[in-house]
Amino acid sequence: MDRTTRTMPIAKALNESLRKALDDDPKVLVMGEDVGKLGGVFRITDGLQKDFGESRVIDTPLAESGIIGTAIGLALRGYRPVTEIQFDGFVFPAYDQIVTQLAKMHARALGKIKLPVVIRIPYGGGIGAVEHHSESPEALFAHVAGLKIVSPSNANDAYWMLQQAIQCDDPVIFFEPKRRYWDKGEVDVAAVPGDLHKAVVARPGTDLTLAAYGPMVKVCLEAAAVAAEEGRSLEVVDLRSLSPIDFDTVQASVERTGRLVVVHEAPVFYGAGGEIAARITERSFYHLEAPVLRVGGFHAPYPPARLEEEYLPGLDRVLDAVDRALAF
Amino acid sequence: MSVKSTAVGGSPAKSRAASRGRSKNRSGDGPEFVQLLTPEGERVEHSEYAVDLTPQELRGLYRDMVLTRRFDGEAVTLQRQGELGLWASLLGQEAAQIGSGRATRHDDYVFPTYREHGVAWTRDVDPLNLLGMFRGVNNGGWDPNENNFHLYTIVIGSQTLHATGYAMGVAKDGADSAVLAYFGDGASSQGDVAEAFTFAAVYNAPVVFFCQNNQWAISEPTERQSRVPIYQRAAGYGFPGVRVDGNDVLAVLAVTRAALDHARSGQGPMLVEAFTYRMGAHTTTDDPTRYRSDEEREEWAGKDPIARLKAYLDREGLADEAFYAEVGAESDALAKRVREGVRGMPDPEPMAIFEHAYADGHALVDEERARFAEYQASFEDTTAGTGR
Repeated sequence: MDRTTRTMPIAKALNESLRKALDDDPKVLVMGEDVGKLGGVFRITDGLQKDFGESRVIDTPLAESGIIGTAIGLALRGYRPVTEIQFDGFVFPAYDQIVTQLAKMHARALGKIKLPVVIRIPYGGGIGAVEHHSESPEALFAHVAGLKIVSPSNANDAYWMLQQAIQCDDPVIFFEPKRRYWDKGEVDVAAVPGDLHKAVVARPGTDLTLAAYGPMVKVCLEAAAVAAEEGRSLEVVDLRSLSPIDFDTVQASVERTGRLVVVHEAPVFYGAGGEIAARITERSFYHLEAPVLRVGGFHAPYPPARLEEEYLPGLDRVLDAVDRALAF
Repeated sequence: MSVKSTAVGGSPAKSRAASRGRSKNRSGDGPEFVQLLTPEGERVEHSEYAVDLTPQELRGLYRDMVLTRRFDGEAVTLQRQGELGLWASLLGQEAAQIGSGRATRHDDYVFPTYREHGVAWTRDVDPLNLLGMFRGVNNGGWDPNENNFHLYTIVIGSQTLHATGYAMGVAKDGADSAVLAYFGDGASSQGDVAEAFTFAAVYNAPVVFFCQNNQWAISEPTERQSRVPIYQRAAGYGFPGVRVDGNDVLAVLAVTRAALDHARSGQGPMLVEAFTYRMGAHTTTDDPTRYRSDEEREEWAGKDPIARLKAYLDREGLADEAFYAEVGAESDALAKRVREGVRGMPDPEPMAIFEHAYADGHALVDEERARFAEYQASFEDTTAGTGR
């Protein structure tokens, strides 16, 4: 391991990434509830206010629409605000500002102004939380033109994709897989990153493609390992970006394997899986040996924590879908 | 803690001013307001707010209001003729808009609603720019930074947060500019306006919230929005609020100038409620006869902002027939330019749908653009092929 590579959890990688962004560009601001002295409820902004001051790492009033609305104003003044929404289920007071203002203002001005605002949202379940702390609302944003949506699955991506999101001149919603915050991985702070919106093959295989993002990449990698013991070779594609989606990489994988299962925590109904299934069917109809299958949440409110293990797609539900796809 | 220090540091002088202003009520109904020119065109003094304008400046305000009204009337006509899809008339609110707009400095920044045609005029925004969205050729389209005049915002109250954020940035930059955020009596019920007040207060942002209370949010009267006069809400957030006669261009100018100076000098936000009246419909699709009386409108017609300034100019001998004729001619020329400009405004090309969806590009937009271009081109081929 060379000295530019260090092992750290995703949470630390995000912290280091924010620190670097604040260091590199005086226009970068961090703002949100409890991001200052506390360092955020997940400590992602730990120590940043101490080092960069209250003017750049801003504890905001407890008002999500206000956070995004004032971030828009700061962006219009030339700043690059990186906002934090404390939990997925708390983003909705800001939904109007995000959808009607942030997403559309660049087009409204016929390109004459830019809105480089990042919205960090810890999302997904698996931490035994109370209601509104475990949701996956990404499809509700991906449906809106003007926004870009990304979600890293590992520490290196967490570090680099956040850098790239902050440098992007469009608004980016950065969904952080909260139950993976403490998963460690190698971060190479010197490696030149690829395209923010490019999907990657996280594990090559020949029999079937599993496409996932954020917290479900780990589940899919585990599923592929188990399947390998049974003599099945599964390819895992980490989508990384949900708007845009790198369909080329998914298509290339599917045309090698002939089968596709899309996995996400978000409800299947109207979810990313449906969009991917439709597009890949259109692109790769004659390569498909089976219909594209989806594994995800149900069309029911996210359940209380004691039921979330049943609700969240785990190893068995993924392998069940793999079996069904291979049975065609 | 911050709210407290804002209140202590910033508000006492203006709070006293506001309460003294109320004691000078001349409207005879409802809470008192700051007035420097009566509906009859009589100049009166106020203990806290004053203006000292040259005859030329006074004539300038008259000219601004007449041209703005003419532009507005022309736009209504163009809508009736089918040249515009919609128009939101400012008729009756000329003093509130010209007075406040003329109070801004070049480096100040304005965040309008969709009715601030008079304010746009004071910021040197080409009136034709305002008409694009109402004709349906764009959704705004002007460069906000050219005149420090943000795009029209249609969703009610959203812009007050943008203004507050912008003002937070001004303060971070150490600039002494101020930001002027427009909104209406209906918007005062929006959560975003409440959040804007909160953020502005706790960060002591240099923003002036300028509420044109034109008495009607489409069909709902102000009593449906608030149980207290709107300017009094500021007190709950820890900054001063003041009500001004919104049909008195001199009072609006004086109060807005003071409020902007207050913000500029680091004393934080201020709320100005311009008490005025929407003489026309909410927009050209609205029918005010369904919800308000002719008597009410007639009563407000007697407080007309232009008539009262003209009465003052005439009383003091500050303008002659040649001046009025000149303004009349200028007004005709503006109307002609607007008419011709709108009629000559081209429809955007179909491919404009995809332009500017993103600043840094987006693969799906690229794909859909290419497919749609191909689809469009297929018609050209068909036409050529049939030799039609």
